[in-house]
Amino acid sequence: MFTATPRNRRSYRVQNVARAAFFLATVALVIPVLIIVATLAVKGGPAISWEFLFTPPRDNLTAGGIMPALVGTIWLVVVALLASVPVGVAAAIYLSEYAPDNLLTRTINLAIINLAGVPSIVHALFGVGAFVLFFGAGTSILAASLTLAVMTLPVVIVATRESLQAVPPAFREACWNMGATRWQTIRKVVLPNSISGILTGVILEVSRSAGETAPIMFTGATAYIVFLPQSVMDQTMALSYHLFYIATQQTGVPEELTFGVALVLISIVLLMNAVSISFRVYLRSLKKW
Amino acid sequence: MDSNGHGEFAIETRGLNLWYGDFQALFDVDLKVRRGIITSMIGPSGCGKTTLLRTCNRINERLGYVRTTGSVLVLGHDVFAPEVELVQVRKQVGMVFQRPNPLPISIRDNVLFGFRLHEARTRKVARAEEDEALESALRQVLLWDSVKDRLHHAATALSLEEQQKLCIARLLPVKPEVLLMDEPCSALDPSGTEAVEEMIWKLRGDYTILIVTHNMAQARRASDECVFMLLGKIVEHERTEELFLAPRNAETADYIEGRYG
Repeated sequence: MFTATPRNRRSYRVQNVARAAFFLATVALVIPVLIIVATLAVKGGPAISWEFLFTPPRDNLTAGGIMPALVGTIWLVVVALLASVPVGVAAAIYLSEYAPDNLLTRTINLAIINLAGVPSIVHALFGVGAFVLFFGAGTSILAASLTLAVMTLPVVIVATRESLQAVPPAFREACWNMGATRWQTIRKVVLPNSISGILTGVILEVSRSAGETAPIMFTGATAYIVFLPQSVMDQTMALSYHLFYIATQQTGVPEELTFGVALVLISIVLLMNAVSISFRVYLRSLKKW
Repeated sequence: MDSNGHGEFAIETRGLNLWYGDFQALFDVDLKVRRGIITSMIGPSGCGKTTLLRTCNRINERLGYVRTTGSVLVLGHDVFAPEVELVQVRKQVGMVFQRPNPLPISIRDNVLFGFRLHEARTRKVARAEEDEALESALRQVLLWDSVKDRLHHAATALSLEEQQKLCIARLLPVKPEVLLMDEPCSALDPSGTEAVEEMIWKLRGDYTILIVTHNMAQARRASDECVFMLLGKIVEHERTEELFLAPRNAETADYIEGRYG
């Protein structure tokens, strides 16, 4: 009694094989990330210094630092955020809190998901056509940031909508029953309880905007300019485009320098993700439901 | 009718029919709820009690696929009339749900939520006035003594019984006439049920209370009049003791004796 039958043993064997397979899949996922980070740290680490971060490139990009690219990336990301966050959050609020569930709304939702799947080079071409040429922004931070904004808008909308919908319907019902309008309900109850999710979406957008190359290469990024941008109508260097350029378009760039740029770029992205996660954990811990 | 248009009845439905899509949930309902007393609604699940309750402050129509005909008069005014402002209806007709739904803010902010929406909009409300409204509401629901030292604590940390009392308290500062309660005790344990019933009984007279319940003993001990509904129709509406002692209708008798339901 109570001992394993052959049938039990077969079940256990299958179960062990399945567990091993799933574990290997997980390892296969993690290993490339570790290898990338380790390679960048080993090869690019020696290049990192204050001078590297805070001086412009010299000698035809084969020496010196990355200051204009670093500052340019910050400009691009900030302007993109200013454009996409208000629009994206407002659209998500409309879709989640006001829009009736009908064919039009469902079509819009589908369109947003498809927009998220459009390749970034297509966004780049759209940016050239719309912002650079049609609206006459020229190749500038403004055109590049707006292109980034269009590209990241679906992420902001989806993240915001999901965090709005994570707020229990009972809260809304309670408000409506006390005679609150929809906007009062949103402002006093829904937004305060979904802000962590919205910020997570925004921060993810930051890291994506900082890392993308294609959308900015025709719309506002330039390979070499030692001056820092003075306004949104200037062209600028950017880390991602700088990396692309010195890695593929320029000869005689020391390997150390290329990996250094890559290390800075991935550090910014990982740092942003870490901020996003810890922020979410912190805000989550404040919630009582 | 008095000067405010208040007649003998706080709620009156006339020939009310309601459909959820193609499904008809209410059939020609004529209900008259007398002012200032507690009226309970009993009946088996799906008989339309909650639907009828939710029609009185028009919370149903949010679902979109709900269609009604007939009229619902609250305090003598048709709530489906075109000039009606929903916010004003809900100020007069408060609703309490099965599951307590305090907002994830402090006890104080919960109780004053509706008050601030309605009062602070037109004028500046002094802190002292807020304190007074807060204390009066919490006293009315017999909650003041147990929470007065922790008004700034999260309302969601209270026990279910206290949460339900709080949900009733937060309706009171805007001075509603009618309180609709949808099985307010069904999430509570027996002692919580007793405490909330006692509290509801205390509110009798100041408010017109319409309460849906699955619990016949509760209807019997805690209401003045009782409405028995079956399949979307009102079968019987009587003084509670008469309905339970001498039901006129065979279906009512079968239900209160527990033959179905």
